[in-house]
Amino acid sequence: MKAAPFAYHAPATKAEALDMLAGLDDARVLAGGQSLLPMMNLRLAGPTHLIDLNGVPELAGISRAGDALVIGTMTRQRAAERAALVHEACPLLAEAMEHVGFQQTRNRGTVGGSIAHMDPTAEIPVAASALDAMLTVESAAGARQFPIGELAEGYLMTQIAPDEMLTRVALRLWPKGHGHAFEEVTRRGESFCVVCVAALATLDASGAFSRLAIAIGGLAEAPVRLSGIEADLVGARADQDAFRAAGAAAGALAADEAPFAPPAYKRHLAGVLTERALARAAGRARRAAA
Amino acid sequence: MSERVRIALTVNGTPREGEVEPRAHLCDFLRHSLHLTGTHMGCEHGVCGACTVLLDGESVRSCLTLAVQARGRAVTTIEGVALPDGTLHPIQEALSAHHGLQCGYCTPGVVMTLIELQRDLDGGPADEASVRRALAGNLCRCTGYQGMVDAALSVLNAAPRAAAQ
Amino acid sequence: MNAAQQKETWFGQAVRRLEDDALLRGKGRFVDDIHLPGMLHAAFLRSPYAHARLGAIDTAAAQALPGVVRVLTYQDLRPLLTCDRIPLAMPSGAIRFDVDPFVLARDEVCHVGEPIALVIAESRHVAEDALGLIGVTFDPLPAIVDPREGLKDGAPQARLDCPDNLVAQMSAAYGDVDGAFAGAAHVIAEDFHIHKGGGHSIEPRGLVARFDAGEDLLTVWDSTQMPHQAKRVLVRTLGLAEHQVRVVAPDVGGGFGPKFVFHPEELAVAAAAVLTGAPVKWIEDRFENFMSTVQERDQYWSVEAACDAEGRLMGIRGTLVHDHGAYTPYGVALPYNSATNLIGPYVLPSYRLDIALSLTNLIPSTPTRGAGRPQGTFVMERLLDRLAERLGLDRAEIRRRNLIQPAQMPYDSGLKTRDGGSMIYDSGDYPQCMARALAHAGWDGFEARRAKARAEGRVIGIGLSNYVEGSGRGPFESASVRIGPSGKVVVTTGAAAQGQGTVTMLAQVVADGLGVRPDAVSVIAGDTAASPLGLGAFASRQAVTAGNAAHQAAGEVRAKVLKVASQWLEADPEDLELSAGRVHVKGVPGRGRSLGEVASALAGLPGFALPPGTPPGLSAAVDYQPKGMTYCNGTHVCEVEVDPATCIVSVTRYVVVHDCGRLINPMMVDGQIIGGVVHGLGTALYELMAYGDDGQPLTCTYADYLLATADTSPRIEVHHMESPSPLNPLGVKGAGESGTIAALAVIASAVEDALKPFGVAVRDLPATPSRLFALMHPDLATPEARL
Repeated sequence: MKAAPFAYHAPATKAEALDMLAGLDDARVLAGGQSLLPMMNLRLAGPTHLIDLNGVPELAGISRAGDALVIGTMTRQRAAERAALVHEACPLLAEAMEHVGFQQTRNRGTVGGSIAHMDPTAEIPVAASALDAMLTVESAAGARQFPIGELAEGYLMTQIAPDEMLTRVALRLWPKGHGHAFEEVTRRGESFCVVCVAALATLDASGAFSRLAIAIGGLAEAPVRLSGIEADLVGARADQDAFRAAGAAAGALAADEAPFAPPAYKRHLAGVLTERALARAAGRARRAAA
Repeated sequence: MSERVRIALTVNGTPREGEVEPRAHLCDFLRHSLHLTGTHMGCEHGVCGACTVLLDGESVRSCLTLAVQARGRAVTTIEGVALPDGTLHPIQEALSAHHGLQCGYCTPGVVMTLIELQRDLDGGPADEASVRRALAGNLCRCTGYQGMVDAALSVLNAAPRAAAQ
Repeated sequence: MNAAQQKETWFGQAVRRLEDDALLRGKGRFVDDIHLPGMLHAAFLRSPYAHARLGAIDTAAAQALPGVVRVLTYQDLRPLLTCDRIPLAMPSGAIRFDVDPFVLARDEVCHVGEPIALVIAESRHVAEDALGLIGVTFDPLPAIVDPREGLKDGAPQARLDCPDNLVAQMSAAYGDVDGAFAGAAHVIAEDFHIHKGGGHSIEPRGLVARFDAGEDLLTVWDSTQMPHQAKRVLVRTLGLAEHQVRVVAPDVGGGFGPKFVFHPEELAVAAAAVLTGAPVKWIEDRFENFMSTVQERDQYWSVEAACDAEGRLMGIRGTLVHDHGAYTPYGVALPYNSATNLIGPYVLPSYRLDIALSLTNLIPSTPTRGAGRPQGTFVMERLLDRLAERLGLDRAEIRRRNLIQPAQMPYDSGLKTRDGGSMIYDSGDYPQCMARALAHAGWDGFEARRAKARAEGRVIGIGLSNYVEGSGRGPFESASVRIGPSGKVVVTTGAAAQGQGTVTMLAQVVADGLGVRPDAVSVIAGDTAASPLGLGAFASRQAVTAGNAAHQAAGEVRAKVLKVASQWLEADPEDLELSAGRVHVKGVPGRGRSLGEVASALAGLPGFALPPGTPPGLSAAVDYQPKGMTYCNGTHVCEVEVDPATCIVSVTRYVVVHDCGRLINPMMVDGQIIGGVVHGLGTALYELMAYGDDGQPLTCTYADYLLATADTSPRIEVHHMESPSPLNPLGVKGAGESGTIAALAVIASAVEDALKPFGVAVRDLPATPSRLFALMHPDLATPEARL
């Protein structure tokens, strides 16, 4: 299980990295490597050139810009998990992060790497989807932005072109007092997700939803947002009926075939976890208001 | 064969150099170039945890880290855990006292994980569930984990060392 | 060592392991840690097909790759070998076809992962690069993936060299079983499936082989449970003499059964070392491990049980279809173990199980921890649960009515062991064992706990399983104890260690005999040069066989010390004692000699006489032959909580009462049991080796194939009973596999108990969430729910 040979490049700046991407054929960028390197060890991936971003400090960092939390693509998952700013402003991401891989892979794995890899069962894209992430993708020719919902183009395939790379993730922050929850079912304890759900909610003074977001991972190649029910429930009382309605909407979604996760089971889990996540998020919002 | 790259790094406090193919992962480099064979390889795809080492103090899978990526950085392996005089680290000592190892193959990775946990807790208390969670990324087929959990709890919840007085 | 360890006897003490220090420092010596000058590296080209005719193999491009030394196929290796196939199958009259494996595939590949060619290169990386350059022509053939399908009329052949797929058939039977069913008050019938499970030692297989032409010696460092067996196979297949082959098992990173079996790669790499003249290393990677290391457990049972009106068993009959895999690298005793272990601790008046072993295009099936016994126990315990339900009895009560009573010991089960002897339980108090487990687990209070949980919206269940394990299988094991003029005590043994603590166990036994501390004893296990005879690790046997061999050898050395010392000290041997490495007059440590001095006298000086009446050397070698198998037993009780919405099972409490006779080191016995339980927990809940209909393995990483982890394993409470075995001087029984044997049954019982209100009956393992979901929602079940 040894990787095939490749040429190794270690740019020191983003500009250098983008130039390499523009100039080299069959190149891939190496972020944390916690998904790419296993695939290379198994010879399921074998790029000719590997452009290692780990020596590019400007690609990492977490900052607040207005109502957005901006995360550099090379920010370690563990750094995001532990950052005070994330806990304070974006607790959903912190909660989701605890479910990602193992501590030893989170120490190395990056936020941007996980999103760009777009594993259908990865947690970070699901949280990012609920947080209306805006992605910045750059090439030597310039930068462009698009919402995370437009990223996936198939199983483990994205619209990021061969000469481009993801550089920034901007998460839309929710107001103080919002509730959040991340729910997940794995096949075994701390392991790979079958279905996961991220939920965010704010309540008005009457206890009705004033805003909510629900994203589901594991059903299809990319996270699914429950936009319809999100809109329907605005103004509805945040009670069991509402949670159940959200669950029912989630349970009606299509689910792909996957080993060990038959579609019927995944749809069922989507319903159960959506109901639980929304209930927990609403509960937190209610407690914050009290 | 691809080109070879010269790298210099610190391993267990000692400057080391070597020449590697870029595709060599840190585990192969430690084991076969530096002959530090205490770090073991169990799956080579990042799940079993036997190859866990500390990179600048943080636990990482050495099978999912390229040797070239350790350039200029500090690596700690199981060989660097005991004190220079040979005294075992309290976690090593406890693993033996609580029968937290049998074949010993996963043990080096377990030790590295627990050292990081000890540092993260920074003297705060540990409960069994959190120790078990911390060890979720270290597969062991021999012990059923109980001995290593007990070992960890005994060290993490021990009274502060006399040195603090 | 702690204060308790200052006691006079080491037997029975929780002595800290002698193995630990080196392992904790990263100073162990596993096979991949061995680095020899000029060493080359091997990689295997493996079959991508479950079944195919093998055509031309073009190695030219691979051979031309810089860094490649040789590319070898069957045709290259055959001239070095004395036979076409590797003679591995243990004898059995039941075997119909010779399907011993080949060193590399010859005409046909019969499972995905079967080795076809071998690249020897300057590095493993280059060797793997070369694999992609080998061209092979395959003519794909239909594959048998389900052993039941393979036995149907007109089924495709799993192997072209066998006319059909029924590789062996046998029966386990006694009593008038049809009469029992005719007169029964209750009869139930059930089908069960127990799925594959692997050994999954965290260290995969591997070896380093070196042929030293100057010394005319082939040395093989092999991650094996059976170095002597490996040597025997190498001697026979390479046409060498015994003195030309040495096999050493260095530190071995777990065995669990698969490393009992000699695999084709071991011969191929050794032959490559002979052919190239250079040391060759091959370390199995995890992907290969999933495709080529033997596995176990796939069995399909259709059984009926008959009992009287009070729930006393009258008979069990049925059939067992066993997945044999594509080759016979071991024998056919595995399903026989399942069959004989079924009766467990119960009085079963009549029994007939017809067993069919079906060739499939899967990895060969050989023992994994438990060795067929978990399946037999699973079936019996599931049947008892069903009968209890039918009769409206508590699950503990129906067992109570059927347990063998202490007064019936030794108990002749009516079955034969595989060597033809009677299967006789030697000792044990099964009713008391179960009673203690029930008491520790609070069995009688469970309904109150269930009611409380229900009120909180939680679903919990409790399970119970008894078991018996035949352990300490013969025919013998060797141990020698030697003391030289240095005074060091050295034990050599044919036993082999993979983490069980064999070194510490033997050191404790010998320390008692010679009045030294265990850490003063050096144990050399697993080296054919150190012990001419030996078997190794299987059947939970080494404490029984090697332990008693070492005990007896230490006793002989002690007698010799006393004899010599009594002459020197002019004292009666009864007035002497051995302590702290000396022999001296009782209570007068100053009046004595060191063991080194005694050894020195017996080592002889040229022309000088030895002490009168004593043969030379302070040593003794014993090949201990057990009189019969010793049977350990136990009871497991566990509680689970199931989230009925997600179908996730958590084991919340696990109690074991275990009886393996006298305990040599209780800490290590606990470690064996707890580790065994967690292995079984993996089989019961997580481990699923999935194959496509074409025989492609679908779960070849630890992201797909799930072992139990620290966060999913419960705390396991172990309590001991000690019914000494009357069959050996130490009174010990085996403990290595017993934890696994009942774990499958007890977890199934608990999960079913929890989900009974949802109509769930557990007949298949693993009980994965998606399977439980399918059982709870049959309306939504889809074909893939079998996963």
